[in-house]
Amino acid sequence: MAMLSFEKKYRVRGGTLIGGDLFDFWFGPFYVGFFGVTTIFFVTLGTLLCVWGAAMGPTWNLWQINIAPPDLKYGLGLAPLREGGLWQIITLCAIGAFGSWALRQAEIARKLGMGMHVPWAYGGAVLAYVTLVVIRPLLLGAWGHGFPYGIFSHLDWVSNVGYQYLHFHYNPAHMIAVTFFFTNCLALAMHGSLILSVTNPPKGTPVGTSEQENVFFRDLVGYSIGAIGIHRLGLFLAVGAAVWSAICIVISGPFWTKGWPEWWNWWLNLPIWK
Amino acid sequence: MLEYQNLFTRVQVRTVPEPGLPIDESTGTRYGKPTFSYLMGKFGDAQIGPIYLGWAGVLSLLFGFIAFEIIGLNMWASVGWDPVEFIRQLPWLALEPPPPQDGLRIPPLNQGGWYLMAGFFLTMSILLWWVRVYRRARALQMGTHLPWAFASAIFLYLTFFFQPLLVGSWSEMVPFGIFPHLDWTSAFSIRYGNLYYNPFHALSIAFLYGSAVLFAMHGATILAVARMGGEREIEQITDRGTAAERSMLFWRWCMGFNATMESIHRWAWWFAVLTTFTGGIGILLTGTVVDNWYLWGVKHGLVAPYPAQNQLTPEQADLLRGRYQGTAPDTFPSYVVPQNATMPDTAEAPIVADSLAADSTMTDSTKVDSTKTGGAQ
Repeated sequence: MAMLSFEKKYRVRGGTLIGGDLFDFWFGPFYVGFFGVTTIFFVTLGTLLCVWGAAMGPTWNLWQINIAPPDLKYGLGLAPLREGGLWQIITLCAIGAFGSWALRQAEIARKLGMGMHVPWAYGGAVLAYVTLVVIRPLLLGAWGHGFPYGIFSHLDWVSNVGYQYLHFHYNPAHMIAVTFFFTNCLALAMHGSLILSVTNPPKGTPVGTSEQENVFFRDLVGYSIGAIGIHRLGLFLAVGAAVWSAICIVISGPFWTKGWPEWWNWWLNLPIWK
Repeated sequence: MLEYQNLFTRVQVRTVPEPGLPIDESTGTRYGKPTFSYLMGKFGDAQIGPIYLGWAGVLSLLFGFIAFEIIGLNMWASVGWDPVEFIRQLPWLALEPPPPQDGLRIPPLNQGGWYLMAGFFLTMSILLWWVRVYRRARALQMGTHLPWAFASAIFLYLTFFFQPLLVGSWSEMVPFGIFPHLDWTSAFSIRYGNLYYNPFHALSIAFLYGSAVLFAMHGATILAVARMGGEREIEQITDRGTAAERSMLFWRWCMGFNATMESIHRWAWWFAVLTTFTGGIGILLTGTVVDNWYLWGVKHGLVAPYPAQNQLTPEQADLLRGRYQGTAPDTFPSYVVPQNATMPDTAEAPIVADSLAADSTMTDSTKVDSTKTGGAQ
């Protein structure tokens, strides 16, 4: 069995949310659980539907395979399978799989006596996806506003939808989301580097202590957020990036239909300039 | 079900501030009397200061200040030194690079000269800050992982200098300014045929998003085992405890694979470093090796068969080519003596009074007086 040297004592029963002991077992390194079964169901069905969609499509070129959402004329109704119905079922499968995965993380966290941070953080990413393919299309009144499933086709979608609002970088929520992403990357580099540099000092030097962690950044910028703080910050930045991404797209269309550069007129027209 | 998730520190301990490990203070020393901030202590460490200042840091701050002043004063000058308009228009104001007709020559101060000078001081400031990061790591007997990660970000920054150098025009450089640098991003993408088809741009974004995924996973995992002392990562690396074991098993059981307390930081380091590194490669290839990423995508079978309007005749495809015809496409880039750019002189082009009211002042670009366009057509 694929068990780590210390693993056996952690493999105990309990912690499940649903199904009692029925699915409370491991398969190789994987924990199964009720939500493991539902994950496998949704992932298998969704993937096979993608393959079927590709088989019906004009190409097997991996870059070009495209499962498009329904035409706008179908509104919020069901579309024929070949005309976006497939996209609708695949979307359902994806949401089912993502939801199962989050609940599975919750079960594993309970089993290991851990906090619920991972499933909640993952929920942020799922929220961004659901915003793109469910909430925004619902608000705009057609499933056709979802993004297509394909490697370059989804990039085309991002490009086209961006230019529908003339210049998406002027979207204030997009600015905040990008700032979160960049800051997250910076903080990740700084945290990863710090831990590696303390545990991998120059040859002949003993491994450092957590004191160096704090002193290094205090010397460098006058403040060190500390060992627990950096993980709070990282979680905040990463989840913030996902949540603000969701906000920046859900306001585009449902709540703002003009070009984003124009949105900033309120600033130019503030009464304080008179 | 509700339980404490350790998102804020509930009990703050106050003792004498940490002075910091002893260092060689011959080229600089620690300044400032450390204080404590209650609010900072809720989220992270409460102690603020002291800070180390040596020659590299002081010079870096000085050069950075000079760059900041050059940029700010040029912006202020651009609104006729009106303080109210300066604040009002600040997000739109820019210190622009030299115009295209100057190529790689040194332009007059008010036509990009100040821009080049600000860029020089900013670059010096950044490089000196790198020296500071390197020296602080060495002074504390640590590895140099942080300066090398920082170097990857500096590499991306420098490609915004080297790409214009390779294509032979300072005008390609990124303007200083809030909205103007966003405009540059879009213009750069459109000019080179949609950067989404640049595979290194795609890689860079994948690593950027991957960095968010990794930090969410790592931050959340450590907070979830903080009850067992998981945030003391150095101790968990050198002497594995139950916090490390549980965090490893969490991911092993979840996705069949796990990092260790040390290797997760290697994943973190590589993802963050490759974000800027692949991004820099993508910039360097643009306009030098590939002048239209969309057509490059068509050539290499990346572009999906969309409706007929995207099927270009050879003449149309030729019109879409980038403006730097000096470099033969799809060959290894070689140095080409910079030619005068053949773009219209934007300084002499008809001015669209206000982009926000552009509808009423549309300019028919086909009727622009040909004498006002620079260079040979």
